Amino acid sequence: MSEPTVPQSQPPVIKASNLDLTFQTNDGPVHALKGVNLDIGKGEFVSFIGPSGCGKTTFLRCIAALEQPTGGTLTVNGMTPDDARKARAYGYVFQAAGLYPWRTIGGNIRLPLEIMGFSKEEQAKRVKKTLELVDLAGFEKKFPWQLSGGMQQRASIARALAFDAEILLMDEPFGALDEIVRDHLNEQLLALWSRTGKTIGFVTHSIPEAVFLSTKIVVMSPRPGRITDVIDSRLPRDRTLDIRDTQDFMDIAHRVREGLRAGHAYD
Amino acid sequence: MMRSVFPVLAVVAVLIAIWYAAAVWLNTPWALDKAKRAEVTLSTSDLIADTWAQDKPKLPAPHQVAIEIWNTTVEKKITSKRSLIYHSWITMSATVLGFALGTALGFALAVGIVYNRVMDMSVMPWVIASQTIPILAIAPMIIVVLNAVGISGLLPKALISMYLSFFPVVVGMVKGLRSPDAMQLDQMRTWNASGGQEFIKLRLPASMPYLFTSMKIAMAASLVGAIVGELPTGAVAGLGARLLAGSYYGQTVQIWSALLMAAALAAVLVGVIGAIQRVTLKRMGLA
Repeated sequence: MSEPTVPQSQPPVIKASNLDLTFQTNDGPVHALKGVNLDIGKGEFVSFIGPSGCGKTTFLRCIAALEQPTGGTLTVNGMTPDDARKARAYGYVFQAAGLYPWRTIGGNIRLPLEIMGFSKEEQAKRVKKTLELVDLAGFEKKFPWQLSGGMQQRASIARALAFDAEILLMDEPFGALDEIVRDHLNEQLLALWSRTGKTIGFVTHSIPEAVFLSTKIVVMSPRPGRITDVIDSRLPRDRTLDIRDTQDFMDIAHRVREGLRAGHAYD
Repeated sequence: MMRSVFPVLAVVAVLIAIWYAAAVWLNTPWALDKAKRAEVTLSTSDLIADTWAQDKPKLPAPHQVAIEIWNTTVEKKITSKRSLIYHSWITMSATVLGFALGTALGFALAVGIVYNRVMDMSVMPWVIASQTIPILAIAPMIIVVLNAVGISGLLPKALISMYLSFFPVVVGMVKGLRSPDAMQLDQMRTWNASGGQEFIKLRLPASMPYLFTSMKIAMAASLVGAIVGELPTGAVAGLGARLLAGSYYGQTVQIWSALLMAAALAAVLVGVIGAIQRVTLKRMGLA
């Protein structure tokens, strides 16, 4: 469907071949993922889009070793996902910010650093650095309830970034936020991506969000959960919100919408 | 401040008024009986005055209890066997020790239930069954059995307190330690946190509000346990002993003053937990 953008010299960071995941339920087996093939190269921004039940979150959770595939192979940094998890290869941002209410913003970002055994000075340095990265400098001593939803989600991104994993996995991180805040955070996320060069996997419901952010858009469809289209974006890596009014943007958005519609035709 | 003080005072005033009225009602038969034997007729005011000043009234009037409490606290040396402070101290020692043991036991059982599948399936029914046995039935057994093996004094009473106070802690802490949701536990997994780290950094702090609520109930239960534990010991010392001695000799004033002391002691002890709760949760940003 599309040419791989990964240079031949560099092996993919994430590689899925013929991946299956079947949940056994009381109503019989549910095919959350079936025959998923995907390569994600270093520094790519990959969005997963599709209706509920298409397996986009499940696929992200497989990469994070939070789910165990029942068939096929999946490697992260050339390792099994579980080894990659133990090597702390990725930071994971959940749908809800999930900050601990009994810890300050700084304390929340310090949490994974404490768990991973960074020294006190290193912790302080990294907390300061990541807070600046997500534009929350000066909020270190505040408690989560003193921040808005958007700021909390930024803090949770900072927490996922604090230990410098090369991969950032994000599961509908801005789903609960309003449109204006979401646009703003999308811009900030792009800026952060271009500064850090991380590989990002991003699950979303929103077509504009997927097209605006990604270098690669993976369109998925439910029952069984599978990939129906992989779109390599022609949009330049440096983009502002204005790009949404260009023809290229609209063409890609159109193709995504067509892909989603085709997936629905099975119902 | 005044807004909260006034309603409290109003309720207290109403309760005292009802108390005085009830004293007149309950003590009138005895007053009339006395008058009949002395062959005098009482005016209404004489009758009321008598019902509030009897030696062994069915229900002593509030001021009688207040005077008794004053005489047995402020007027007596605290080393005296007649001092309510002394007896309160005895009861409080057993209560606090039993509470500490009960909280520790409850905490340990809760951790076991949360982390061990076998304990999860087996312990809870026994914990609940243990609380369906009347404490009055089991307390003398504990005292007698422990006495037979040479343990007497504070510890047997504390064990009865523990028996009552571990229950709310188990129930509350199981709920508290399980309060982190699936996402928070997944998050810990993504950081490759060990079981110990997950416990210390997530489950334990998340359970704090539950722990304090449980501890307040446990403290009150523990005091009941200590008083019940003092009843079968032959009424040596403690508020329970005062209650028992009072009922032997029909000293209702003494019974009521011991009851009020017990209530005040409970209020102080639960209040201390409440204060620790406020400070801790405030420092944790949870209150």
